[in-house]
Amino acid sequence: MNTGHEIRDAIARHEMTALEAAEMALAAIAATEPRLQAYLQLMPERALARAREIDAAIARGQDVGLLAGVPVAVKDLFCTQGVRTTAGSKILANFVPPYSATVVRRLEAQGAIIVGKTNMDEFAMGSSCENSAFKATHNPWSIEDVPGGSSGGSAATVGARCVPIAFGTDTGGSIREPASFCGIVGVKPTYGRVSRYGIVAFASSLDQAGPMTVDVRDSADALEAIAGYDPMDSTSANVDVPHYAGRLREDLKGVRIGIVSEFDESIAADKAMHALYQRAYEDLRALGAELVTVSLPHAKYGLATYYLIAPAEASSNLARYDGARYGLRVDGPDVFSMFDATRAAGFGPEVKRRVILGTYALSSGYYDAYYVRAQKVRTLMKKDFDEAFERCDVIACPAVSCPPFQLGAKSQDPVAMYLMDYFTIPMSLAGIPAMSVPAGYVDELPVGLQLVAPAFEEGRMLGVAHAYEQATRHAWARTPMVYAGEGDAA
Amino acid sequence: MPEVPIDIAHVAKLARLPLTAEEAERFSAQFGRLFEFIRELQALDVEHVHPTAQVIPLHNVLRADEIRPCLDHDAALQNAPATEGPYFKMPRILE
Amino acid sequence: MSKVIGAATDTEAVIGLEAHVELLTQSKMFCGCRNAFGAPPNTLVCPVCLGLPGSLPVANARAVEFLCKAGTALGCTIADYSKFDRKNYFYPDMPKNYQISQYDMPLTTGGEVTLPSGKSVRLTRIHLEEDTGKNVHAGESIARSAYTLVDYNRAGVPLMEIVSEPEISSAAEAEEYLAELKAVMSYIGVSDVKMHEGSLRCDANVSIRPVGSHELGTKVEIKNLNSFRSVGRAIDHEIERMRACLRDGERIVQETRGWDESSGTTHSMRSKELAHDYRYFPDPDLVPLELDRALLSRWRDELPELPAAKRARYVSDFGLSAYDAGVLTGERSDAEFFEAVAAASGNPKQAANWMMGDVRKVLDRAGLTLAEAKGTPAQVGSLIAMVAAGTISGKAAKEVIEPVIVEGRDPGDVVAQRGLAQTSDTGAVAAFVDQAVTANADSVASYKAGKEKAFEFLVGQVMKLSRGKANVEMVRGLLKERLG
Repeated sequence: MNTGHEIRDAIARHEMTALEAAEMALAAIAATEPRLQAYLQLMPERALARAREIDAAIARGQDVGLLAGVPVAVKDLFCTQGVRTTAGSKILANFVPPYSATVVRRLEAQGAIIVGKTNMDEFAMGSSCENSAFKATHNPWSIEDVPGGSSGGSAATVGARCVPIAFGTDTGGSIREPASFCGIVGVKPTYGRVSRYGIVAFASSLDQAGPMTVDVRDSADALEAIAGYDPMDSTSANVDVPHYAGRLREDLKGVRIGIVSEFDESIAADKAMHALYQRAYEDLRALGAELVTVSLPHAKYGLATYYLIAPAEASSNLARYDGARYGLRVDGPDVFSMFDATRAAGFGPEVKRRVILGTYALSSGYYDAYYVRAQKVRTLMKKDFDEAFERCDVIACPAVSCPPFQLGAKSQDPVAMYLMDYFTIPMSLAGIPAMSVPAGYVDELPVGLQLVAPAFEEGRMLGVAHAYEQATRHAWARTPMVYAGEGDAA
Repeated sequence: MPEVPIDIAHVAKLARLPLTAEEAERFSAQFGRLFEFIRELQALDVEHVHPTAQVIPLHNVLRADEIRPCLDHDAALQNAPATEGPYFKMPRILE
Repeated sequence: MSKVIGAATDTEAVIGLEAHVELLTQSKMFCGCRNAFGAPPNTLVCPVCLGLPGSLPVANARAVEFLCKAGTALGCTIADYSKFDRKNYFYPDMPKNYQISQYDMPLTTGGEVTLPSGKSVRLTRIHLEEDTGKNVHAGESIARSAYTLVDYNRAGVPLMEIVSEPEISSAAEAEEYLAELKAVMSYIGVSDVKMHEGSLRCDANVSIRPVGSHELGTKVEIKNLNSFRSVGRAIDHEIERMRACLRDGERIVQETRGWDESSGTTHSMRSKELAHDYRYFPDPDLVPLELDRALLSRWRDELPELPAAKRARYVSDFGLSAYDAGVLTGERSDAEFFEAVAAASGNPKQAANWMMGDVRKVLDRAGLTLAEAKGTPAQVGSLIAMVAAGTISGKAAKEVIEPVIVEGRDPGDVVAQRGLAQTSDTGAVAAFVDQAVTANADSVASYKAGKEKAFEFLVGQVMKLSRGKANVEMVRGLLKERLG
């Protein structure tokens, strides 16, 4: 029983209790943590107590929610009241928030059992989970390899089937890339679909929380559980949340799938990757979809655009970390020296790089040339998608340029690491929903197919993903090296 | 070595993020390739393009002037590295 | 940057004022914490105004309404499109180390403040921003304290920043400007604008230039002004200091200077070299304001009659002097009280005299404001009418006004209880007059011989006979008639 919906249904049929599900998840985590290092904080007492409450409520005949009794993990970027929340950083190593993120409160209201906080790149800045101040997480498919980032811990724990559902955040690809690397489904919703309140901010105009799951069905339910207007977030959209699970399709008749010519060219350099994606597009066609070629002429400017806008916003969002009110403090003879010393000691190198870059992009004399210009190119990139979606319903393209790489392979070359986001950045800049769904293996390591839809069309996107998943069943073709799931996946 | 236009020392001061000489040099080298990509942006004609103000069109998001419960005083100070009585305590201000 | 200017006495002062007005909303600018003074430190805080990781701002509709009303009252143009920007700098009283403010697209532009002299001082802009927390220094002063204590209760309180054009020409005008601004703000109820409590703060930008020049000289910003009088004194001091600089051949440095009340001088706070790069950019956590014109119309209709309009009306309709009109319109509630007294008594001039004179005296003696006093306009009006009707003398009324104002007693009851009604019964008074004339034949003879004092003596005798109750005007009239 590796999926959330299976667990929830079993609990609902009294074939299993929430307590048993929680205990199993905690045991699976205990068995795999030595090799995976996916968690920064486990919450066993709280999880078991909550599971007992859910069981009692079910016994009383109460409807306990979409995720009733399902064990889940959340990235350590989500504030959880009374539970240490670090954002993967030394500067928050001892921070215990007095409040919970809206996403966390909604999950708990829908009956989910949060078992722990997962490892991540510091302040969500990274694509391999190696920028965590605390430890690196390992890919369950190959423990010398990275799980991807920045939601690496969440991806690894679901990849290993310790929990069926985890939550991450995606700013330039931080859900989709690790989902691809760990052979799972990962969804970045439309910007504004899910509340950002209580999520430690990285880049305010890009951050979005989303589910990372074993199958598309669970992503549909998990997204429905957390999506929706939040009066605590001014950028939260007041748009109805559909029952996404009702939009899942078995075939793609009548669906036009856009294939991005520029991306096709980019991936052609790697024969194996190119072949995998070509096969994926053929599988979509075999399901009845009509493939059309679309163009995103400004996508190639994505990297530069993103690495001006995101660090700029981050440089401002991270100014509050100064040792005054919470977190690490390194004392000084006066308060400004204290700020300096605390920040120098508390931030890792990638964070420092981006704060410097971002401060520069906003600084006097450079603001127009860098930040404003990047926001203009962003407008052009959004327009590319608007035009593409006039010719197709969903775009299918690579999620990544390669299968998971070795720990340490790219950590010395920041720009090589930034290039990991090449295919995922444009969708983030445009604010539109995108997801990764398992599409096969290269060198026995998982690779994901990215699907993209217009704003607020997650239902359409999940529908296509489900049809593809059920027809190809790549996630069930192989079993990861570190695996706590039931039986063989294969 | 590609040209990196950042006066890192000045920016580090603005950001209150002092860097060691080694860090400054290393970052400068690392930014090099990124600035190649950034320079491509400068070549684009964006004169008649509006900067994206927000990616989803929202305006006038306002809340009613209603009081909501504040944090408990202890909760407010619970993460403070130093306090004195009911105050947050930190080193003196030297301008 | 120095300018070569001729003799210092040929210079004129150019002053611009930046006022920060704390708004009287229930809750803070971007969160629901109560907006209140005097609470125990760090008890009016939440994740948002403390800037905890993950917190997000949501703008207070009432603050926007208050600013738009203030802008409308001052004749400003309300922007079709306005947004919030982040002003980035580090300071211990700033929880996020950026302040949410407005940079290039403020809510209003233009507008003006009209001084009592009739001169208009134009406004540049009015924008919304959030206030900071308060640093409390252990020890006597910033320089001597070993550490800083911070209270964030006031962090996030909504502020309106009102920037004037540099069109004020003297310290006296600056005080008038502030007084008028204060009157308008308190009239529309957006702030209690008390400098001594910090709900009105003011910085002054001062420069001097040759008389008749249109260029601006080097300007100095003056901070730490805690009262209208400080503003005036500091500006006068600064003008003199600048003139002295020129006389001594020194250049005027563009800088920020702090006013020290006790020594009556300004001292340099920071020089231009340390100018902040605030790296303004649109706050991505907030969305733009594009206010509906119908809503703005409704807010305009909700504005009360403003001080300047009231003053003009008192002069034209009630025939009051400009000075009296100014005194009576200082506070809106006081003005409305006066208007009600004027209506109740049917005599605005009398009403004005009473409000500015004896009522003021009674309030001062009792240590009360008019709002705190229990007397109603109807009661005061009634008292005035009683004097006009001759029921009591003016002198007696001065005694009655005190319990009316302080305790809200009905004037008729007080008059009756104290036996203050004067006799205006012609027959009764005539009888007293006859009695006095009969009893004082030699005074009558004196008067007829030309001695005016004898007449006053006779009036006094009649009053004595009536135990002070006769209507003295009537006595005079009847006595004159009697004596021929």
